[in-house]
Amino acid sequence: MRTTRNLAALAALGLALSACASEAGNQATESAENTAEVQEDVEFDAGTTMAELNEAGAITIGTKFDQPGFGLLNPDGVPEGFDVEIGKLIAAELGIAAEEIEWVETVSANREPFIQNGQVDMVIATYTINDARKQLVDFAGPYYLAGQDIMVAAGNPEGIQGPDDLAGKNVCSVEGSTPAQNIRDNYPEATLTLFDVYSKCADALTNGQVQAVTTDNVILTGLVAGNPEGFELVGNPFTEEPYGIGLTLGDTDFRNFVNDVLEESFENGSWADAWDRTAGAITGEEAPEPPQVDRY
Amino acid sequence: MQFYADNAGLFWDAFLTTLGMSVLAGLLAVVLGTLLAAFRVSPILPLRGLATFYVETFRNTPLTVVFFFIIFGLPQIDFVIGFFPGSVLAVGLYTAAFVCEAVRSGINSVSPGQAEAARALGLTFGQSLRQVVLPQAFRTVVPPLGNVLIAMVKNTSIAAGFSVSELSSLLPRLVNANAGELVLVLVGVVACYMVITLPAALALNRIERRVAILR
Amino acid sequence: MSTPVLFDLPGPRARARIRIATIVGGLLVLAVIAFVLWRLGGNGQLDPARWSVLTDPRTGVPQALGEALVRTLQVAAVGMVLATALGLLLAVGRLSDHRWLRIPSATFIEFFRAIPLLVVIFALYFVLPKFGAEISAFAALTGGLVLYNASVLAEIFRAGILSVDRGQREAAFGLGMRKGQVMTLVLLPQAIRRMLPVLVAQLVVLLKDSSLGFIIGYFELLRQARSLVEFFTPRFGNEYTFQLYVAAGLIYIVINVLLSQVAKYVEKRTRRNRKTAATSEVAASAEAPVGTPAGPA
Repeated sequence: MRTTRNLAALAALGLALSACASEAGNQATESAENTAEVQEDVEFDAGTTMAELNEAGAITIGTKFDQPGFGLLNPDGVPEGFDVEIGKLIAAELGIAAEEIEWVETVSANREPFIQNGQVDMVIATYTINDARKQLVDFAGPYYLAGQDIMVAAGNPEGIQGPDDLAGKNVCSVEGSTPAQNIRDNYPEATLTLFDVYSKCADALTNGQVQAVTTDNVILTGLVAGNPEGFELVGNPFTEEPYGIGLTLGDTDFRNFVNDVLEESFENGSWADAWDRTAGAITGEEAPEPPQVDRY
Repeated sequence: MQFYADNAGLFWDAFLTTLGMSVLAGLLAVVLGTLLAAFRVSPILPLRGLATFYVETFRNTPLTVVFFFIIFGLPQIDFVIGFFPGSVLAVGLYTAAFVCEAVRSGINSVSPGQAEAARALGLTFGQSLRQVVLPQAFRTVVPPLGNVLIAMVKNTSIAAGFSVSELSSLLPRLVNANAGELVLVLVGVVACYMVITLPAALALNRIERRVAILR
Repeated sequence: MSTPVLFDLPGPRARARIRIATIVGGLLVLAVIAFVLWRLGGNGQLDPARWSVLTDPRTGVPQALGEALVRTLQVAAVGMVLATALGLLLAVGRLSDHRWLRIPSATFIEFFRAIPLLVVIFALYFVLPKFGAEISAFAALTGGLVLYNASVLAEIFRAGILSVDRGQREAAFGLGMRKGQVMTLVLLPQAIRRMLPVLVAQLVVLLKDSSLGFIIGYFELLRQARSLVEFFTPRFGNEYTFQLYVAAGLIYIVINVLLSQVAKYVEKRTRRNRKTAATSEVAASAEAPVGTPAGPA
């Protein structure tokens, strides 16, 4: 009885709602168009990873599914963002069409294991290059230079200008992320509030449960874009986070190849184009200067 | 071992947080759950309805959703609650529904003759419940109640996603800082939970055996 | 069933008092609801445009939630079947006469009951591949649900088997049945029927626990809702956050209530069955110590 009544109520609610259109529906964005041209006839030396992937005609790439602007799953279940576009660029140079890429979600905890176990061919997942990680995996790139920044409520009521002003404040970030660890290590007087995703940080800032949100500036810019009346960026990056592409340790040929592809994309404009269609489309910012690839 | 020595402080703090959450949420759950059980057998219809609605809602909602409504939903009706108290509240409210069902099945298991005798002596509803039925019910309720509370200890792990630095939150945190030590982190966390849950389960088995003899 | 015993049929004065209490209680509940709606409205959460995101197919939201619901049900269905099967084996194993069966079964049960499911799922997904065993998110989530719930169900079945009247067992042996036959033909059928309400309550827990798939990126209902929130945040701020989580919560409640109703129906039918009528009184008292699911999670 109760169930039937509940269902009826739900159905009635559904009818009432379907009558009006939603803002989200009206603005339903086309998923970013892929412009990278797939190389039809490419030759690679036998035995290299490139030849294997080209032969297979498919590639598995790990990316994040919850990073606005970089790797974010759309309602159709397809990831989109700058990281995803970079992946398509590389795949195209390997002769692999975008549809043949298998996207696997990698979170901070499984990026190294997935590369080491061969569960993914590469990881493009807002993956900061650092020395500890270089012991476990190889990095191509960087393909983007982020910096840790701070987002505050509009008008900056707390007068926060940089990380030193965070002392005694409630600061939100994501558990297990590099920015959170940085605050913990270098600004211990700040009180950390840690969630699993950034949207919760944005909610907490709206509710006044925290006074600031800190992570890489590109992600914060995305959050500000979603609520320009509510948030603002301090705009004073205090770290350098070079995003690299994680590859199997010791596969130097593949690393050189990916670096070549990146450098080419920097020059021929496809890198800037990828930016404009993803992170740039959210933040409205022009593509920055491409970084210098580090062939360590 | 070096890894554990380096992070002993972290494990200890997280352990205390989990324990603290468990104790506070457990108290809330037992008090509220017993009250709800009393409501569910009371003569006043709205109380019965309210308690039934409460139990059905909370038993059928994932704890994560309950957390979400406490931490982010309450501010929508202009109550802002801290993360630790909010988490205690979420786990406590959720577990109360299960405590209620455990206590109610206990009340139902008390022989009707007991309640009849209490009524015949002229005790009121409240008196017969408090002085005759509940004390006996609690004895039979110990094993299921214990199971509910042990499960609750483990359920506090959901708070990791809501800014409480309890044991499970060490997983992403330590794994990111020590990429190669995944197994060590897991073993440490599991061991800490077992320090709480295993003795509780053993004690429970013992009580269960004693209750069985009593019956 | 003892409810009517606890208070007399109310007389006229008591009825009046109860009526007053009913009205006051009802008004209080209404006042709380009104307050909540008023504040939600004040914060713009009741704006139909915000709710229509759930039904407008152009947003992709209804499709995404529908597919996620299917994934949730898939995990839950496979998990329920396997957990019940493994739970039965473990329960029988723990009651076995052989030490080599009894001790591993008991250890298995106690181990998986002692650690959070979240940690089990995490371990399966991230640690197994280190030893060369690749595992999909679906398999890891199902595996975790099965390991944990089988342990809890095993205890439920064990209590059920132990609650079957001793005479049943003795009569079966007296008829010359072997141990296996006594268990499978006499004890288990009665135990399962008797434990049905608790069993279903635990299966509801299993279904809800499938929401823990978020930790390994299995896109079940809750993770999908969260992912949609993430997707809309850079475009519309928190415009749809509350609505999406309410939707996910409601879907869970509806499905679980349905499941519980089915269980109640089945229970009623078995209660009416004359074969079990004789034992149902015993069951009522035997059920008590295990009368609730051991693991809300």
